[in-house]
Amino acid sequence: MFYTQISRNKRNTVFLVLAFVIIVLLIGAAITYIRTGDYLSGALFAAVIATFYTIFMISTSTNVVMRMNHAREITSSKDQAFLWHTVEGLSIAARIPMPRIFIIEDESPNAFATGISPKSGAVAVTTGLMKRLSREEIEGVLAHEIAHVRNYDIRLSTIAVALVSAIAILSDIGMRFFIFSGGRNNNNKHPLILVLALVLVLLAPLVAIIMQLAISRNREYLADASAVELTRNPEALASALENITGNSSPVEEASSSTASLYFADPLKKKAATLFSTHPRPEERVRRLRAM
Amino acid sequence: MIGIVIIGIVTGIALVWITSYNSLVKHRNWAEESWAQIDVQLKRRYDLIPNLVETVKGYAKHEQETLTKVIEARNVIAEPNATRNERVEQDAELSGLLRQLFALSESYPDLKANQNFLQLQEELAGTENKISYARQAYNSMVMRYNTKIESFPSNIVANMHSFLRNDMLDIPDEEKEPVQVRF
Repeated sequence: MFYTQISRNKRNTVFLVLAFVIIVLLIGAAITYIRTGDYLSGALFAAVIATFYTIFMISTSTNVVMRMNHAREITSSKDQAFLWHTVEGLSIAARIPMPRIFIIEDESPNAFATGISPKSGAVAVTTGLMKRLSREEIEGVLAHEIAHVRNYDIRLSTIAVALVSAIAILSDIGMRFFIFSGGRNNNNKHPLILVLALVLVLLAPLVAIIMQLAISRNREYLADASAVELTRNPEALASALENITGNSSPVEEASSSTASLYFADPLKKKAATLFSTHPRPEERVRRLRAM
Repeated sequence: MIGIVIIGIVTGIALVWITSYNSLVKHRNWAEESWAQIDVQLKRRYDLIPNLVETVKGYAKHEQETLTKVIEARNVIAEPNATRNERVEQDAELSGLLRQLFALSESYPDLKANQNFLQLQEELAGTENKISYARQAYNSMVMRYNTKIESFPSNIVANMHSFLRNDMLDIPDEEKEPVQVRF
């Protein structure tokens, strides 16, 4: 049932974001501990950096993402009437303002959404998607994208990406501190904690990336469930997924930094790993058919 | 001491009362706004139908009967004192008639090739879908509003200030299929 899936996914996301915040604070504490034996100022320093970075990332606009993917905006229902009406209808059902619509010239069928709040939302579809999928399947895919907009998924993933970058920067600073101050002034530090701090500084970026991708995969399931809430047609979305993933060509315009925004992994990596941006399509189809 | 406790209790009740009341108002407005969305789309379809009838008339002179029925159904929808459920029922009837009309066009190749007709067909299909999406949004808002009215403690507030249950829109099963348009 989609209602239970939605609430379970929301809970998981809260836990993941909390874990992110803890990692940021820990790595900050570790840095100043390595340097001076004091951990509080570092945690504070890390919190400031992470907040600054997150605000910066959030304020970069939809246009940047769209330009990155070479999209053309559709501004009236005359152009691509079906696409226009479906997006408008779905946003009525989702009770959000109608997002801007973009078309990407690409033979590979795919779609993505962006915008940090429903007010600034935008969805983009490839020309391949419009050509190869049936009307019901396209509706399912669009509902999935509208769900991303409504669930504030883009804001969440932007925050996650920002925190990953912030953690990478902090880790870098930590390593420099360690290299330049290693061996000196170590009297007031516990050697075991010092080693732990070092391991943390080394591993945090990796853990952060794995977590960011876990959030991304989790939100895909949520968007699938919400899409079914909007269209009440899980079968159409399932067959759209099968159609899209059955098509083996990657989206040419997709860059790896926007990969997690797409409906299905645009880079078409084969194996499912900790580093996948999307859950395995077979698993998404299985969950959809179980709804 | 007792005075403080009493003040505390009264303030607590007042707070619960105010938040319940405000939330009831909010939910009622959401439901109303969702109905307005349906209305916008009904109006849009109402406006599109004369154009469609004009276009079809030129090509399919023998289908006068269907065309008249479509116009009649359209005019009934504009009836100002129909209830919401009545209006939606009439709208469903209109959907059936339009489906017939589009099916008829199959036997008129010239009509089927007419750019204006194709565009109207797409517009009407889009509007029809939007009506059903809006109906779904309305129903889910009404469900939330009704749940609010019935659950504790807001049910007490709802009773005192006579917040009434809204009816959901119900549609016979065969009307649930949207108009299928194929190219």
